[in-house]
Amino acid sequence: MYRYDEFDERFVRERVAQFRDQVGRRLSGSLTEDEFKPLRLKNGVYLQLHAYMLRIAVPYGTLSSKQMRQLALIGERYDRGYGHFTTRTNLQFNWPKLRDIPDILDLLADVEMHAIQTSGNCIRNVTADHFAGVAQDEVEDPRPTAELIRQWSSLHPEFDYLPRKFKIAVTGAEHDRAVIKAHDIGLRILRHPDTHEIGYEVIVGGGLGRTPMIGKVVREFLPKADLLAYLEAIMRVYNLEGRRDNKYKARVKILVHEIGTEEFSRRVEEEFARLDGPSVNADPAEVARIAAYFAPPAYETLPATSGAFEAARAGNPDFARWVETNLTPHRQPGYAALTISLKPIGAPPGDATSEQMRVVADLADEFSLSEIRVTHAQNLVLPHVKLSDLFAVWQRLGEAELATANAGLITDIIACPGLDYCALATARSIPIAQALAQRFADPARQKEIGVLNIKISGCINACGHHHVGHIGILGLEKRGIESYQITLGGDATENAAIGEILGPGLAAEDVPDAIERIVSVYLAQRQAGESFIDNVRRIGLAPFKAAFQDTNREVSHAVA
Amino acid sequence: MPLLDRHGAKAEIWTRSEGAAIDNLSHALVDWAVLPEALAQKTRDQRIGVVIPNTVRIPELKLLMRQLSLIAISFPSFGDGRGFSLARLIRNHGFTGTLRASGPLIVDQFAYALACGFDEVELPEASAVRQPVEQWVQALGQISHGYQRGYGDSGNILDRRRSARLKHAAAG
Amino acid sequence: MAAAKRPALPVILLANDLLDGDVVFAAGDANGLHWSRDPGAALVGGDDATADRLDAFAAAELGNQQVVDAYLVDVAVEDGVPVPRHYRERMKTTGPSIRRDLGKQAELPLAQAFLRA
Repeated sequence: MYRYDEFDERFVRERVAQFRDQVGRRLSGSLTEDEFKPLRLKNGVYLQLHAYMLRIAVPYGTLSSKQMRQLALIGERYDRGYGHFTTRTNLQFNWPKLRDIPDILDLLADVEMHAIQTSGNCIRNVTADHFAGVAQDEVEDPRPTAELIRQWSSLHPEFDYLPRKFKIAVTGAEHDRAVIKAHDIGLRILRHPDTHEIGYEVIVGGGLGRTPMIGKVVREFLPKADLLAYLEAIMRVYNLEGRRDNKYKARVKILVHEIGTEEFSRRVEEEFARLDGPSVNADPAEVARIAAYFAPPAYETLPATSGAFEAARAGNPDFARWVETNLTPHRQPGYAALTISLKPIGAPPGDATSEQMRVVADLADEFSLSEIRVTHAQNLVLPHVKLSDLFAVWQRLGEAELATANAGLITDIIACPGLDYCALATARSIPIAQALAQRFADPARQKEIGVLNIKISGCINACGHHHVGHIGILGLEKRGIESYQITLGGDATENAAIGEILGPGLAAEDVPDAIERIVSVYLAQRQAGESFIDNVRRIGLAPFKAAFQDTNREVSHAVA
Repeated sequence: MPLLDRHGAKAEIWTRSEGAAIDNLSHALVDWAVLPEALAQKTRDQRIGVVIPNTVRIPELKLLMRQLSLIAISFPSFGDGRGFSLARLIRNHGFTGTLRASGPLIVDQFAYALACGFDEVELPEASAVRQPVEQWVQALGQISHGYQRGYGDSGNILDRRRSARLKHAAAG
Repeated sequence: MAAAKRPALPVILLANDLLDGDVVFAAGDANGLHWSRDPGAALVGGDDATADRLDAFAAAELGNQQVVDAYLVDVAVEDGVPVPRHYRERMKTTGPSIRRDLGKQAELPLAQAFLRA
């Protein structure tokens, strides 16, 4: 993991002091609320329905056990004993007081954490593949790139007052687990087909929200050394040309769409060519310095299989089921990466109590080289667990209600906080997720249905990524009541696709029946081994629409 | 309107012209729309400055830059950050005169403005009343070093790490 | 605030406390207004004159750095308790529907009155 040097440490401490001063100036009236709001947002502080909310950055989803313990402590001391992991791998506390936030930031700085740029019209926390450094299909670990971008984008003098928020994601693998095509910039690390040199495919203009779009490739191969100069060129074009007349048209995706990918690319290349690259880019020694922190940890040399593990699996069906869903193969023989589901049936997706955070931290220390990952699916990962330790880890997780065997299944639902907490929401999200999880709780049924991603957003801003859910659910307000729009066929992977709306909105209580019908069509029509999303692609939307409309006709309170 | 630079409050030496009429003003500040006309009247001793909207693009400005002693970029609101990039571009294209940010900026943008190439900030009265000069000067020291290379001259973290590495290598 | 259209009467004034973030309600009588954390204590503005007073109080308190996001909310008075007509504002008077152990519904017995199925 990356460790702060004296410069990083000082930078973060000074940012805390600056925020303390900003709060002071707000209270004295030097800053108006209109002026203070972007400043607090750029330090992760929202005003939500019931209270302030603090969004803490978990850069590229990597946490140490020590950091996790500190989050647990903050949750207890300053909040209500729990936190919420988000689709951008951050952690949110729902009840902090503004007066306490500078002190919370001090506690974060103690463990090399911060809340810098987790909101606001600036470059946000950089995300990456949560199996970085572990995945078998990886060309190069994306975390050094993400860390370099984290530093470069922090308090950038030129790009802190952009037309709108700006999200960057990086993957180094063939299989995209970071949803890079739904980001303002997506970077895919690849080898040049001829020279075999490492570089980036640069994708710009993806994004969800009101106008969902899949990102476009603006540069097929960017040499690794040119990264920061190229990013500077993109950001400058966007900062100058992005629309500022309408906040719903201010994301870079709209600029790319309006002037065309070719023209956007031409402007970026023109600025990039004019820039003095060597004076902007990080020198190779700096890139190497960062990369060294992500060198593979000290693994033991182990056989590829473990007798104890196989025996436990054979002897315990619950364990076997969990292994089947929540385990990811590791590139190091004898190890596995395991997903800790934060989706126990009936609980708010992504929530973890302080006690649970401590359990995870303890397990990370004992069994996973003190490392933890946060996934964009709102789960946690212990990335380096020996196969022979898995059974013990599973038992300990179970005692803390953290051993739900549903990673990737229909009850592994992504949901934003929705109207239960969020000031922007138009409807609740979490109760929908809870009802669906309960409806499909039966493990045998979940297994039969297989991989199926349901994603729920409580408003058009799409924090719950509903557009790229195999089944997406969007909560809206229709004539004073909550109404839910269902989309089908979205995909968040390298085959990224935006789901299509199936029909009119539904009342909350009708959503489980509608999803049930959609799933029934799949079960009836699938071919051997065909996943839900493959089935939707093959047979098209029509059969699902027909079933959905049946639901719609039958229910008494469908919301037109 | 109140004016300040990195050292604090600053006296205004520029006078806004009526349209293109720069008469015998020693330092005439003219609107972008009438700049060519004003430049045509410029005598050898006169200094011309221009107030530009943040939508002006470099090709339009570049040929005129050498004749200008000051460029004031308008910030319609503090949240509109186009002026930061425009300042950066103007500097990158070789302008060595005074660059002024003109509009309701906030204290927390002062260091950014200087790092992007501005020399001074001109504030509306209401902003200046709420945010006294001391706050602006104090804010400059809040973050000692940023990460970005090539912005400002207080020394960025990447170059400092590099120097430390070189020193270490020389000593070793 | 000034630009926003006034909701239908009767109304209450709610806001968030600047330092704590808690939802607060304008309470009081003809002699003066103050903030209460209890939605049950909110002063109901049933006529334009009272709504004007609530508006003026909001403007003054925003200016004094006491509260943020202050606005009038239309309510139905049920059993003497002002209940916001919109579900969003009802949520602000109770707390999260998925965590009945948190927020006003848990801390203030009176706020239980605002819970709707």
